[in-house]
Amino acid sequence: MTISFLTRPTSEEVVGRVWEALRTVRDPELDTDVVSLDFVASVELAEADSGPVAHVRLRLPTYFCAPNFAFLMVADAWDAVSGVEGLVDVEVVLIDHFASDAINAGVAARAGFVTSMAGTEVGEAVSELHDLRRTFTERALMAGTDLVVRPLMRAGATPEQVAGMTLGDAVESSGSSDDLRRLRARRRELGIPSEDSDPLVVDPSGATVGVEALPLHLRKARSYQVGVDANTSICRGQLAVRYGL
Amino acid sequence: MYEKNGEKYFIVDSHMHYWDASPENWVEGAEQYAKGWIECFHAYQGLGPAETHQPIEEFQRVSEDQLMREVFEEGYVDKAIFQSTYLREWYKDGFNTTERNGSLFEKHPDKFIVNTRFDPRDGDKGMREFEENTKRFNAIGAKLYTAEWNGDSRGFKLTDPEAYRFLERAQELGVKNIHVHKGPTIWPLDKDAFDVSDVDHAATDFQGLNFIVEHVGLPRIEDFCFMATQEPNVYAGLSVVIGGLMHARPKFFAKVMGELLFWVGEDKMTFGSDYNIWTPRWQIEGLVDWDYPSDEFSDYPRLGVEGKKKILGLNAAKLYGIDVPAEFQLPAGEGAQLVDEREVAQA
Repeated sequence: MTISFLTRPTSEEVVGRVWEALRTVRDPELDTDVVSLDFVASVELAEADSGPVAHVRLRLPTYFCAPNFAFLMVADAWDAVSGVEGLVDVEVVLIDHFASDAINAGVAARAGFVTSMAGTEVGEAVSELHDLRRTFTERALMAGTDLVVRPLMRAGATPEQVAGMTLGDAVESSGSSDDLRRLRARRRELGIPSEDSDPLVVDPSGATVGVEALPLHLRKARSYQVGVDANTSICRGQLAVRYGL
Repeated sequence: MYEKNGEKYFIVDSHMHYWDASPENWVEGAEQYAKGWIECFHAYQGLGPAETHQPIEEFQRVSEDQLMREVFEEGYVDKAIFQSTYLREWYKDGFNTTERNGSLFEKHPDKFIVNTRFDPRDGDKGMREFEENTKRFNAIGAKLYTAEWNGDSRGFKLTDPEAYRFLERAQELGVKNIHVHKGPTIWPLDKDAFDVSDVDHAATDFQGLNFIVEHVGLPRIEDFCFMATQEPNVYAGLSVVIGGLMHARPKFFAKVMGELLFWVGEDKMTFGSDYNIWTPRWQIEGLVDWDYPSDEFSDYPRLGVEGKKKILGLNAAKLYGIDVPAEFQLPAGEGAQLVDEREVAQA
């Protein structure tokens, strides 16, 4: 009794852990976590008889934001917060969205996207979302390649040098930046080797990009990065207007 | 017409509207969608300069006088092209129908061009409506809203067999310019709603048509760029790009323009204000003054006065056969090419 009292975290600590857990949830399209994007409207703890319950409310930039991405974020948030020690239950809801009811019910019931949308007024979901998640992780890999490689090129690296570089070489020349850590994480998610001895520039299938193909590959990588930037800008702007941030 | 530093710009606003989103026009039982839709648009307006923001009641339905003033008197526009968006599931008389736009065209035939629209899911009845409107307004363009809800359906693709039937008919009727909404704001549940590959296929199969991708495929701008380089009859419609980014996020705007200039090129980019999300005036003034903000962008193509003249009006004038007085023209050999005089470009 005494021991459990001593080790039991305070409410503030649990709330802090919930926020930390939410930092692992990202908008797949913007490749940014939902906390940084200000998509978390609130985190509250309620005391049930058996212990604390976390109530998380998520919000999005518009009433019509893509329901498939919204579903992914709500489901991922549920998974992430469920892993927080010291909670006996978790509720994650999406507010102010045309598909809020269907998504919230589906996630609460741990149903897949197609099941949760079937028979609802917003029906016609056509596919589970695994493929979608992979597609956007591949895009994040391309965009992340731009973020890591362009500074190297600006610092004078030639295409020949970049094509021959390993991830370890990139760490040596520019340090292990957040961008590089994130690129490694995306590669791991895609099942692409990401040790120091592995090549720096690969395509989304994991294949090495030779020096001949490198310039166009990097041009495309930058286009992906610009796309992510532009979308993030618009989303942040709309969220700010919508909620007076 | 806009003049700056002795240069005269002929302005074609190739993507604008005359909508009615007032509560009286909301469909009973679908009010939340009608309201959510227009509030979403209104939030977009928030990305423009503060002095141009309108209260929501005004924004829901501007008057004819206000439109004429903001577009033509204050807005420098020489010719404005109406794009239809029906959304009949949510708005009783439609959000922005060909008829409603056409009512202004009939009063001011020298100011406007009316584009029609079709929805392949409407079948024979929709085909008749498309044919009648096309003839009535002498339309040579149409707007397609592939994400529109229609009964139980939440969207269509240009590659659907029914859509091909309409595209074939459009070609026969002389409707050359197909504006395709590939951009943000409304989402069907189909995961590929904003995948641009259907435009890619249709553009290859319908060489007699031009495909103007409005909002440049945001949020899939890179897919759009890679596709547009390979399809000579695909154009970048800059609505939302200028309105949503130039003022609110100038650095990102510069990157997006750089990408478009690199992959698509200034001959295939067209200005559209998206009125009345945004008024044209500040967008035109801003684009004419625009340059990259720093040398960080030095490996993107430059955009000079000639390029700006093309984007702001001359490209769309060519697509729509609009007479442009000599004082606004570029030296011979410049500008966009119409489909019939175009050779297949090198990818």
